[in-house]
Amino acid sequence: MTEHPHVPMLALDTVWFQVAGTICNIACTHCFISCSPKNHSHEMLSLADVETRLAESLRLGVKDYYFTGGEPFMNRDMIAILRATLKQGPATVLTNGMLLRREVCRQLRELIDASEYSLDIRVSLDGFDAASHDAIRGEGVWDRVMIGLRNLAEFDINPVVTVTEAADGVGSEEGRAAFLALIRSFGFAKPRLKVLPLFRIGAETTRTRAYEPWEKLTTLGEDDASVLQCSTSRMITSKGVYVCPILLDYDEARMSDSIEESLRPFPLKFGACHTCWVDGVSCRT
Amino acid sequence: MSDVTRIALIGGIYSNYHALVATLDDIARRGADATFFLGDLGAFGPHPDRVPELLIERGIPGIQGNYEESLASGRADCNCGYTDPRDNVYAQISYDYTFEHTNDALKKWMGTLPQSMRLDAGGKRVLLSHGSPRRINEFLWRSTSPDAFLHRLCDEHDADVIVCTHSGLHWHKAIGGGRHAVNAGVIGRPANDGRTNVWYTMLTIDGDVRVEFIPIEYDHATLAREMRAEKLPEEFIETIETGWWTTCLESLPAKERMASRF
Repeated sequence: MTEHPHVPMLALDTVWFQVAGTICNIACTHCFISCSPKNHSHEMLSLADVETRLAESLRLGVKDYYFTGGEPFMNRDMIAILRATLKQGPATVLTNGMLLRREVCRQLRELIDASEYSLDIRVSLDGFDAASHDAIRGEGVWDRVMIGLRNLAEFDINPVVTVTEAADGVGSEEGRAAFLALIRSFGFAKPRLKVLPLFRIGAETTRTRAYEPWEKLTTLGEDDASVLQCSTSRMITSKGVYVCPILLDYDEARMSDSIEESLRPFPLKFGACHTCWVDGVSCRT
Repeated sequence: MSDVTRIALIGGIYSNYHALVATLDDIARRGADATFFLGDLGAFGPHPDRVPELLIERGIPGIQGNYEESLASGRADCNCGYTDPRDNVYAQISYDYTFEHTNDALKKWMGTLPQSMRLDAGGKRVLLSHGSPRRINEFLWRSTSPDAFLHRLCDEHDADVIVCTHSGLHWHKAIGGGRHAVNAGVIGRPANDGRTNVWYTMLTIDGDVRVEFIPIEYDHATLAREMRAEKLPEEFIETIETGWWTTCLESLPAKERMASRF
């Protein structure tokens, strides 16, 4: 049997919430947890669920909070959840941008103005145009995201546009520059861009391929742990506390009921762990 | 040092020796029981030998920043902690220039600096560090440093007052229980507010803790001229002349970025 290196828990800085579970209004072909309108493997979190975890996080001195899904704005409590969170720390929401209606953006603006902490909205794009974006995210999605981005711009909310490497050429300097120009053209004078690699799990295994057996970590140097987000973060879902935002389809990645109990080493035995280490990935902004 | 009550704190200097001279003059005028520098003596500015030479000449104590740690250990980059590719391109230009123009004796001296200092001032345990008490290149911004997290840092590092720099923007939070977190700001470049002055910090401890951020005007036109003569990037010079950051700003959180021109 192969021995896998264990990542230590260095300090719990970031708490993630799978706030919409695996429920999404679209079904991207690269989604590493295959979210869709019908995927209920993780259910939505209620405001009360989140408040309980926020209280736990406060005791543990957590530094920041992230919300993802599925599509977070499908959760009807989302604005109330952000309001509760922003009382105690900074928050980031990862969204596909389709549900950023004017009224939602107006409420987000109010939250931003009322809190001493930062609220970041991260909007996913997967191409330079409707054809490439919709090939991954579904027909008509691009047009709806454009409306969402316009609404954000109207309320002077500057999003971080997140692009996966599924978008051709985004990894190159020219590709980056082209994306920054595109974001500028949407009306954001200070374009912000984050590029993420793909994880070859979930739906992505069908779109491209699954991990090869050799794509596993066999050793972990003394200083390597600090670059892995699992050394500083945990993920809350309807099923409990998971090691990270990526491995939600694996029962072994569920660590405990309480956050405190989850603060222990974890075996890096998954192909996705290899991606995080090789690409130096952090899902944080 | 239990009798120390007024402590002057100088954040990142970034080779801006004109600002350092003006700051030291101001501290002398106001009076302080002690003065400390908090690291990152070099970066965007010209002639990186001048700042450490002046600090040594005046006998001012202080701690390493990531720049001193990198220069002293011969590291190939500044370990600034940026994640954006454009930020890293400019950080590398700045570091390569500084590395090339810092003499070996000064690099060796930088290696002798501690990474933190503890002071007992008026019954308060004050901890000086560069990025944060736990990491030399951690950015502590006001809008992403919640009270509970700052309490954790105080608990884990046995401190009542934690002082840092590195991010470039000054702030102070009284977090309850007599505890304080202070980012002393920097005198190396303006605070990204459209003003050309820079900022240092005066900490007064007299039972209570008072934090005063002091703006320093200096001869920024001469600095800009010298930077041009050294062929440093025009983007760095623009920041000195306008007060707006043009590079190394992608790490700004949403709230701080909102107030930023670029």
